[in-house]
Amino acid sequence: MQSDCSTTRERHAMKKPQDILTAPHEELEAIQLEGVKKTIINCYENVPFYHNLYDEAGFDPYSVKSLADLAKAPFTTKQDLRDNYPFKMFAVPNEDIREIHMSSGTTGIATVGGYTEHDLDIWGDCFARGVWYADGGPTDIMHVCYGYGLFTGGLGAHYGGVKAGCTTIPMSAGNTERQIRVMREMGSTILCCTPSYAMHLADTAIAMGIDPKKDFKLRAGIHGAEAFSDNFRRDLEKKLGYKVLDVYGLTETMGPGVAIECMEQNGLHLAEDHFYAEIIDPKTGEVLPDGEWGELVITTVDREATPVVRYRTRDITRILPGECACGRTHRRIDRLHGRTDDMLIIRGVNVFPSQIEDVMKTFDQVSSWYQIELTRKGHLDVVTLKLEPNPDFDFDEVRAIEQLQHDIQARLKSALSVGIRVRIVEPRSIPRSEGKAVRVIDKRGDDQ
Amino acid sequence: MIEQVTVFLENDKGRLSALTRALANADVNMIALTIAETSDYGLVRIVCDKPAEAVAALEAAGLRAIVTKVIAVVVPNRPGGLAELLETFDTLGLNIEYGYCFSVADGEAIDVLKVADVDVASQAIEQAGYRLATIS
Repeated sequence: MQSDCSTTRERHAMKKPQDILTAPHEELEAIQLEGVKKTIINCYENVPFYHNLYDEAGFDPYSVKSLADLAKAPFTTKQDLRDNYPFKMFAVPNEDIREIHMSSGTTGIATVGGYTEHDLDIWGDCFARGVWYADGGPTDIMHVCYGYGLFTGGLGAHYGGVKAGCTTIPMSAGNTERQIRVMREMGSTILCCTPSYAMHLADTAIAMGIDPKKDFKLRAGIHGAEAFSDNFRRDLEKKLGYKVLDVYGLTETMGPGVAIECMEQNGLHLAEDHFYAEIIDPKTGEVLPDGEWGELVITTVDREATPVVRYRTRDITRILPGECACGRTHRRIDRLHGRTDDMLIIRGVNVFPSQIEDVMKTFDQVSSWYQIELTRKGHLDVVTLKLEPNPDFDFDEVRAIEQLQHDIQARLKSALSVGIRVRIVEPRSIPRSEGKAVRVIDKRGDDQ
Repeated sequence: MIEQVTVFLENDKGRLSALTRALANADVNMIALTIAETSDYGLVRIVCDKPAEAVAALEAAGLRAIVTKVIAVVVPNRPGGLAELLETFDTLGLNIEYGYCFSVADGEAIDVLKVADVDVASQAIEQAGYRLATIS
């Protein structure tokens, strides 16, 4: 088995890096099994956390003979990574580490990712697939306005751009008007940033009197780091005259590039030669069959510095059954419904912000910006959805606004089975963000 | 027919003064201003000398403003002036969405009324013997 795999790898090394994307799935599975076995043993032998975890659970790391056997291994959680902050999850000595990244840590202690030279190389390769999926390459100008720094977005996209041969512009986040000038003057063709920032760029450009469809040369946007609805995507594509590809990733397994959409826009192709994905029932931990929604669990196939085994991402998705029309063999995950920790529980009903977004985007009278505010009245949760009117909405009569609020509320009620109060607010009163948009304000803990 | 400027304003401190300051800076002179208020927001309706400039100035100041066509009818400034006009609307079967009045000199007042079809209403009201006001 081992020699088969290395032949496979060598054979691919002789060809273009894209060739792995259409390799027969059995070849990918062979690479995955080989890699997963190595990862588990590497973790057990070099990371004390895994050593203790497996000994305590009675799991024999040398017993894995098939990918299905992996289901016997215990899960790794974000809390485990936090407990081992900063370097205790590293499987290689310090002299092999080339770079460090960290999750934003907005909800607790940050988690740390370490990268060897090889890890940086595969990261670039994974993100470069986004460029290849967009039929791009060395003739493209990639405009990266994810934040550069500890956040994986900026440098992850950057390495991908360089790997794919693009002229890569390290704009980083902020200074929107300058972003727009550079995009226009340098003729950027691929835009990498959060979807909400892309919308802000589009709206600001339009407000500056620029027609992005004519004045920009954008072809594709590789947008991620936050969930966005299909309607939001269509709106973006209409404004910027390009194609939006969703990118998924997380610091705990690498960064953006774990999975990226192709031009079919029908699910994100996992980089299966680098990551093994399972979907589990978040309550029971049981592995679910393809097609069923659940929590995504990732095992790294060839990560050296910070490998993870069965890491619970808390992201809700499913494996899309069947093959993609693009001809690539790597399996696809569906667009994310949100994270288990983004999920709002409103009067006992589970609601994802993206579901609210999907409903609200069917109304032309309101813009793409929204904010969900949660308050508590007595013992009852009150959800208020704040929306801004669009320039062409004729709001001259109070009745027109009340009718609109009523119509959106009615559609939300039938889609989500939960009552949401809709409030039309002044344009530009919902804060714009340069990174991840703040969609939910939870004031339920505040004294009222 | 005249062009009224309608502004969507949140019920918040300083919003109305920001609105009037933006118009002042754009050298717009207001002739009338009314507010329809709800618990969350207000609709400010303005009659002014330069509606297009007013909308541009308000949008530039970050406010959402639109131009709305309304009819402005000249009525005698005496008891019963508005009653007679509204009775004429009733007779003609024209529904009024909202309205407001402001007095001017020479014993006449101007009543501003929002109706569904401004052109049809203007014609009917003129035929009924009323004079329509123009603002300049």
